[in-house]
Amino acid sequence: MSIYVHKPGLLSTVQDGGRTGYQQYGVIVSGAMDHFAHQAANLLVGNTGDEATLEMTVIGPVLEFERAAVIAVCGADLSPSIGGKAVPLWRPVYIPAGAVLRFGSSRQGCRGYLAAAGGLNVPHQMNSRSTYLRAGIGGYQGRSLQAEDRLPVQQPTELGELIAGGIQARMEEGEPFGTVGWSVSYEMLPDYGKHPVIRILPGAQQSWFEEESLKDLHSAEFIVQPQSDRMGYRLAGKPLHKVKQQELLSEPVTFGTVQVPPDGNPIVLMADRQTTGGYPKVAQVITADLPLLAQSQIGSSIRFQPVTLQEAQEIQLMASLNLRFLRKSIRMYFV
Amino acid sequence: MVIRFGDQADIETHHKVRAVSKHLAEHPFEGMVEYIPAFTSVTVVYDPVAIYLKDKSRSGKGEIRYPFESVERTLKKIMDALQEGTVPKPRVVKIPVCYGEEFGPDLEHVAELNGLSVDDVISIHSSGEYLVYMLGFAPGFPYLGGMDKRISAPRKDTPRLSIPAGTVGIAGEQTGIYPISTPGGWQLIGRTPSSLFLPHKQPPTLLEAGNVITFYPISRKEYEEWRE
Repeated sequence: MSIYVHKPGLLSTVQDGGRTGYQQYGVIVSGAMDHFAHQAANLLVGNTGDEATLEMTVIGPVLEFERAAVIAVCGADLSPSIGGKAVPLWRPVYIPAGAVLRFGSSRQGCRGYLAAAGGLNVPHQMNSRSTYLRAGIGGYQGRSLQAEDRLPVQQPTELGELIAGGIQARMEEGEPFGTVGWSVSYEMLPDYGKHPVIRILPGAQQSWFEEESLKDLHSAEFIVQPQSDRMGYRLAGKPLHKVKQQELLSEPVTFGTVQVPPDGNPIVLMADRQTTGGYPKVAQVITADLPLLAQSQIGSSIRFQPVTLQEAQEIQLMASLNLRFLRKSIRMYFV
Repeated sequence: MVIRFGDQADIETHHKVRAVSKHLAEHPFEGMVEYIPAFTSVTVVYDPVAIYLKDKSRSGKGEIRYPFESVERTLKKIMDALQEGTVPKPRVVKIPVCYGEEFGPDLEHVAELNGLSVDDVISIHSSGEYLVYMLGFAPGFPYLGGMDKRISAPRKDTPRLSIPAGTVGIAGEQTGIYPISTPGGWQLIGRTPSSLFLPHKQPPTLLEAGNVITFYPISRKEYEEWRE
């Protein structure tokens, strides 16, 4: 089974949890920008959680399903519809063969994730299906989608088949698609919003910065700048000043590292970051809040709030328990 | 989690980085995702959820530590047990370079800047031994130590928008090779026909941290033959 691309959207790439294990060779990790939405979409269609999904940015694609499929759309609301009827987010949706799923522009958020039962079937490269655009590897032929592409989908899991059967049995005649009466609980979702508060840990070179600048970092408003992309989010607010000028030898950076170049405007490194960096690191965004940043559009304002490493790990463990709970609930509903 | 060995990029520190890396490569602990050697540190990436579940299943009396404490303890044990002098001899990689012409548009500039002839620059550059301290910036890009200061040259004021893969350049007192086409401000002196990034191989790069590389000059004709 494959999905035919009528229109590719602004930037639609195949992503999974990322290409880990190769950073020591300088190979970037890539992967979904919003891990939560990526995993939730997978669980909703009966996948195990890290199958390849389609990450769609700000303006989504127009896709035709050659065969019937179960899908889920999570993350940003890129106004999806089938046959003129809006497709709800955060729940499994049964699509009959030949249906055309149309995304438009974003109503809320920045990146939508489309999961299909079984997962998108592109070849593994270095243990990952994620697209690494600059090196032209992974994903769909190492690039973003173009019109007339055919995106293959794997065989659904047993649970995926049960979900398809379950929804189809309750579908009414003439409906453009089928779905269920529930969705992922709002309490489980990251606190997506126009003015997110992003929790941070101290960075490795936090002590290089002026006391006053650290206060600004923890209280002032920062605006997401137009040059922000999958590689990094450039922020502008009160510039952060260093106590003294020191040179830093290049060392590893990670998803959510907040580094500060000489102009004082912080950059939060995202999924397509380089493996190493030479700018001082003032902070580290906690894993659980990376989705909030990934969904922040250009021009939105964000604030940072300091937390301890203990708190950060508790929050992350809770988030992972929530996803386990979601997986169990889906299984109980359909099996 | 980052293991730091001071802040000087010297041989002694490099050997410590290599010894830890070697141990982690041969004995990865449960919950470890990967490790990244750098000039003065080794960064260990771990999965806190996996560590939490592992610890929970092992400690019967509900004594659950935070994942970072558990990893800290594991790494301290590894560091304590690590013996000095366990670093193997470095692998030496010889890299052919076609210097000058359209491959090295800045070769003459580098020569002039240092009051040398073009041949001097080639001979100095190709007689050195360079240590690969770490890979980063781009897949397979080596951070090299050991360049002769007589051929140093500052970066260009305006970076070039695209530098072809295989280009050999100089920036300050460093030399390097661009594994994939990227923008950059280095002074370009030549190009190698060798591929530094090999996405279909394991490992996916020609070089690894800890290797020693040497350059040798080849003609344009040899360059073309190599590419075929």
